[in-house]
Amino acid sequence: MSVRTGSARGRLLAAVVAVTGLALAACGGAKVGGGGGGGGGGSTASAVAAGSSGSTTTTKCGTVTLADNPWIGYEADVAVVSYVLRTDLHCNVQIKHLTEQVSWQGFSTGQVDAILENWGHQDLAKQYISNNHVAVDLGSDGLTGVIGWFVPPWMVQKYPDITNWKNLNKYASLFKTSESGGKGQLLDGDPSYVTNDAALVKNLHLNYKVVQGGSETALIQSFRAAQQNKKPLLAYFYSPQWFLNEVHLVKVNLPKYTPGCDAVAAKVACDYPAYHLNKVVAASFAKSGSPAFTLIKNWKWSNQQQNTVSKMLAVDKLSDDAAAKKWISSNKSVVDGWLKGT
Amino acid sequence: MARAARVYRRPGRLTLLLGILVGWLVLYAVLKGTDTISLAPSDVTSLHTRLNDLNTSVGDNRNSNPFFLYFINEIQVGATHFITFLQNLLSQPSGTRPVPVVGWLGVVVIMTVIAGRFGNWRVAVLAAAGFLFLGLQGLWQPSMDTLALTIAAVVICVLIGIPLGVLVAQYRGFERVITPVLDLMQTMPTFVYLLPLTLLFLIGPATGVIAMVIYAMPPVIRLTAHGLQAVSTETVEAGRSLGSTRPQQLAKIMLPMARRTIIIGVNQTIMAALSMVTIAALVAAPGLGQTVLQALESQDVGTAFNAGLAIVVLAVVLDRVTTAASERARATDHARTRLRADPRWRRGADLVALIVTAVAVYLSYTYQLFAAFPDHLAIGGTRLGLDLGTHIESWTSSATSWAQRDLGSITGPIKNGVTYHALNPLQNLLDSSPWWLTFIAIVATAFVLGGRWAALIAATCLGLVVGTGLWQDSMDTLAATLIATVVVVVLGVMFGVWMGRNARADWGIRPFLDALQVMPAFVYLVPFVALFGATRFTGIVAAVLYAAPVAIKIVADGIRGVPAETVEAAGSSGCSTWQVITKVQLPMSVRSLALATNQGLIYVLAMVVVAGLVGGGALGFDVVAGFSQSSLFGKGLAAGAAIVLLGIALDRVTQSAARRAGGHVSHRAT
Repeated sequence: MSVRTGSARGRLLAAVVAVTGLALAACGGAKVGGGGGGGGGGSTASAVAAGSSGSTTTTKCGTVTLADNPWIGYEADVAVVSYVLRTDLHCNVQIKHLTEQVSWQGFSTGQVDAILENWGHQDLAKQYISNNHVAVDLGSDGLTGVIGWFVPPWMVQKYPDITNWKNLNKYASLFKTSESGGKGQLLDGDPSYVTNDAALVKNLHLNYKVVQGGSETALIQSFRAAQQNKKPLLAYFYSPQWFLNEVHLVKVNLPKYTPGCDAVAAKVACDYPAYHLNKVVAASFAKSGSPAFTLIKNWKWSNQQQNTVSKMLAVDKLSDDAAAKKWISSNKSVVDGWLKGT
Repeated sequence: MARAARVYRRPGRLTLLLGILVGWLVLYAVLKGTDTISLAPSDVTSLHTRLNDLNTSVGDNRNSNPFFLYFINEIQVGATHFITFLQNLLSQPSGTRPVPVVGWLGVVVIMTVIAGRFGNWRVAVLAAAGFLFLGLQGLWQPSMDTLALTIAAVVICVLIGIPLGVLVAQYRGFERVITPVLDLMQTMPTFVYLLPLTLLFLIGPATGVIAMVIYAMPPVIRLTAHGLQAVSTETVEAGRSLGSTRPQQLAKIMLPMARRTIIIGVNQTIMAALSMVTIAALVAAPGLGQTVLQALESQDVGTAFNAGLAIVVLAVVLDRVTTAASERARATDHARTRLRADPRWRRGADLVALIVTAVAVYLSYTYQLFAAFPDHLAIGGTRLGLDLGTHIESWTSSATSWAQRDLGSITGPIKNGVTYHALNPLQNLLDSSPWWLTFIAIVATAFVLGGRWAALIAATCLGLVVGTGLWQDSMDTLAATLIATVVVVVLGVMFGVWMGRNARADWGIRPFLDALQVMPAFVYLVPFVALFGATRFTGIVAAVLYAAPVAIKIVADGIRGVPAETVEAAGSSGCSTWQVITKVQLPMSVRSLALATNQGLIYVLAMVVVAGLVGGGALGFDVVAGFSQSSLFGKGLAAGAAIVLLGIALDRVTQSAARRAGGHVSHRAT
């Protein structure tokens, strides 16, 4: 029996090792704000506290959580806004990579403070803003959005009438692939994107099948290859998008959009509307009085400005921070406008 | 005699199967396109609409309905607090600090000390090296997020799983109830329960951890029960005769004696939890899974591989440490006296470890250098780069772009060949036949292969699939699953026979199989998307790679299990190697073949639906779309149900078939 207790004691001791280690860290909580952290930091070791001490705005701003939706333009929004939040307002910025509708859900769980580029979503606005009062519409972010079906420019030169949807069935056989089951292929992007494509194909009686590419990258790579190799491609695409400056994709005209024509998702038979992209924030964040809220409220930029940053990220492969820094350095006055009142 | 019976029965069964196929093809030629229960991608059935309404009403009443207020939300909030606590400790800025409480140095030392104390010095070195490598990869923070999630999931699993295991060991009735539940928890593609979980718990780390718990809990329950049941009755009797009560026996005798088996259960639970981190990323759980998922979006093979490698490193370290701990537990059981020989030495070592840990944690708490993993060191004037991740990423990326550029002429034709000549015809046969024809053909096949019960289960499951309104999508998923499984079985036989017959081949190949199994499934998808585009074929290739290791290992074990005397006897009686394989070794390991098929199917199905993310379409895409489009939520939920039903049907039919085959084996053996 004494043997067992001996080994049990050993184990206990080891547990104490680990727990003490953690407890020591936890107990030390009081120290950080206290400043400096004792002990002489060598030339290579700078104290942790130094990173956060100094300006009092740290505590004033606190933590801001931004939703980051899966397309490059949105990433450009997040890159610039989070850079300004961190460097000018000393906020702690958390970036959550979420899809559009899931981001809205985050307002009710406190997972998300702000969506910077919202594309429509009237049903969600009704649920979370009007009914549940967990989110607030902060108005336009200056961007205008277009969604539609696009073809590479070489196709328009060769088949000029392809930009009219009524002629799409005539060309369906051009767009056949291994995935489209004998019909023409309409390539879609990320499954979370705003889309009526499946309904449009059905309701416009088009001999096409929607095939899921899975991501923005898949769309861009497909278009680039299609233009280079003169291969036919019909795909979902959108603006603002830096890639439209590289390859001048041409939009296919669908039946004109009229207000309300897209009210029932399964019955849609008209083009996408022009989107005035807007900012939405959590109600709690709006009430917090954080300077971050003021900044996001003031923040606004143009399609052109966004494309500049997007291109730095996607083509020049700059990191988010490097791209933001570069853009801000040549647009100081714009950023100063955003910082007013913070 | 038995051999004669087998020779007689097998053609009979084959003829029947051929008959079914011919009849099906003839009727398909006449009736194709009728009664197909097709549902356009944008369309939903009334069932799906009702599920959508359920989703909306849950959203509206989440904070007023007592069931949510006092039960579901409590779980959600509790789990979130627990995870946030661990994240503050390990990975995320905590309070006003820009860094977590324990920095990298503290974590490395704590892990090393734990590994050394409970395992041995070798795993301690491995733990230190492994965790430092995570830092060098430039993935310290996401790795710690993943570690925090894994710790949270494993702690919950152990707290619930060990008591359940005790109950299972004590009460027969409870065992009978829980075993099928555990079976289902382990065979259901993990992808499927995410959507219902978001209905209850919304998105976020809590949901991720709950999904991990569901998948990872069965091993610890099973092995706890197994360990307790294995404690010899004499020991228990002896304890009873000494007058100890049941709880005393449990705490003092049975649990300590079952300790080793329980640790193995914990080991398997940790592995299962880690394998879920990429899936959990789909519901916004943080960590390495997020990195992989974003790499999938930007088709960045280098980043995906680097992050996948980090998951493998974590898995290897945690696996070896817990394995060493279980071996140590056995060693102490066997030789307590030896350990007792030098308690003072041990205590001294523990004290040193305690002090070192405390110092390391303090340093990592206080100094930036030891808190956030540095990307370089400046010593004097020399700059020492500590960034291995960028190199790994660029090597992988250049290898992939080479493959894309130079293999493009091969990959296209392979993809098209398989798609046009195998996948499309099979898919057409399954989904363009009238549904009742496909239904009858599948149930008849199940009857021939697995018998009456298998047919009944298949009929029930398929009937319910019809009810989900997603018959055509289900048949498309089934077609991809079947094609991939055929390839898996062929690979399983080829490599399995090779490895089973040749110890050196086994030694060379097995590490690759282990690595393939640990690498998270998503990571496979990324290079194949780059090579084959977003197509169903990509999903099939990924599924084959995911499932083949299991099938190969099972076949290899089966071949090795054939008695050496039998093989030698066949060889000496003049059989060629080919004849020995086809006439002796394969027939005698037919049960392993059937089991390999069964496991292959389950693994393939799990991966084929994940491939819905990259053009795999069908049920997998319905689930993905359900996550991100609220109008398709109900459809996604129904698709999840259809996947489960397909899985149950495939599992039961192949298990019955395996059991029948096993019956022959045992018959012949006796």
